[in-house]
Amino acid sequence: MNNLFSIFIGMALINNFILTRFLGLCPFFGVSKKLSSAVSMGVAVILVMAGASAITWVLFFKVLVPFGVDYMSTVIFILVIASLVQIVEISIRRTNITLYNALGIYLPLITTNCAVLGVTFINARSDFTFVETMASAFGAGVGFTLVLAIMSGIRERLELADIPESFEGVPVAFLVAMMLGMAFLAFGGMV
Amino acid sequence: MNKFVDYFRNGIMESNPVLVLLLGLCPALAVSTSIDNGLGMTAAVLFVLLFANIIISLIRDFIPARVRIPVFIVIIATLVTIVDLSMQAFLPDLSKSLGIYIPLIVVNCIILGRAEAFASKHKLTESIADALGMVVGFGIALLLISMFRQLFGTGKLSIFGLQFLRVPGLAENPMAIFILPMGAFLVLGVLLAAFRYMGVVSGE
Repeated sequence: MNNLFSIFIGMALINNFILTRFLGLCPFFGVSKKLSSAVSMGVAVILVMAGASAITWVLFFKVLVPFGVDYMSTVIFILVIASLVQIVEISIRRTNITLYNALGIYLPLITTNCAVLGVTFINARSDFTFVETMASAFGAGVGFTLVLAIMSGIRERLELADIPESFEGVPVAFLVAMMLGMAFLAFGGMV
Repeated sequence: MNKFVDYFRNGIMESNPVLVLLLGLCPALAVSTSIDNGLGMTAAVLFVLLFANIIISLIRDFIPARVRIPVFIVIIATLVTIVDLSMQAFLPDLSKSLGIYIPLIVVNCIILGRAEAFASKHKLTESIADALGMVVGFGIALLLISMFRQLFGTGKLSIFGLQFLRVPGLAENPMAIFILPMGAFLVLGVLLAAFRYMGVVSGE
């Protein structure tokens, strides 16, 4: 149990996907302008990450490794993620149209979100058990959502700030990310 | 001929993937801790982007429009697997320091973006020019970022073990923040602002 918790914290806070692994930067700078869209995006990413990690774990350790074809993992993993995103999109559209309108446009973006593919590679390379894989996937998703939400809050305030002209927009977002990263360094002592 | 120069230039200047379009940021920031890693990453991207553009440009008339994205992704993923395995076999040290960022080239927006926006609509030679321009632009950005990070973070500059600059004082007390992940954000943010200030890159 302790081990699961440390995996979760490690993925969510210490090795945060955005701030220390640089995964999922495209949505980070694109979507993080409004708090509501950042949270929607985060929820979609958590869902897809958990689903993709579960499926790729089964495929990798029960099919690819026993048959000695684990070099196919890159191709298989990206296909799994692309189809999963399609399935999630269709099923949300059929069952819950409000949720679809909130998440809809972010779902296709997730296919090329390196955070999702990244978490499956990290899980496969760390030899996690199934339960550990799920803890790590949820940790990664929660950490991603947390930083996306914090960032969007800061950027909403930045709109009103008087920033030097050349720093406006993206450059200042990078500097904010740097400071967030320094703040998250403090979590390093937790586990 | 002029057109090819334009396509080539386009990738370096007007639509530099990292500095202007802000694509492919994950590898650009993650592996830019040293010049060696930056060059290794550029070489891997060169192989994948060049061959992806060539293959997609050659078969663009045979792919049904509705399934083109999955087809592109499978082609790219296959090329990335080739790079990943060859690097593990011939350059194990580089492969270890680039880690999961090599397989992650699959989802690098530059490659799928060029496949969709350029190679699927243009002739072979134009696609090659576009791929080369994009990679050179990517390489320049990566080189700039990794140079600053290595210089301030270690006080030395070296390529493949060959040291050619050592700053007295800084080498004994390097600013470790530049090697840490947040150093990448700092360097790229300041670089972007500097380019805008000098008018090289226009704001959004």
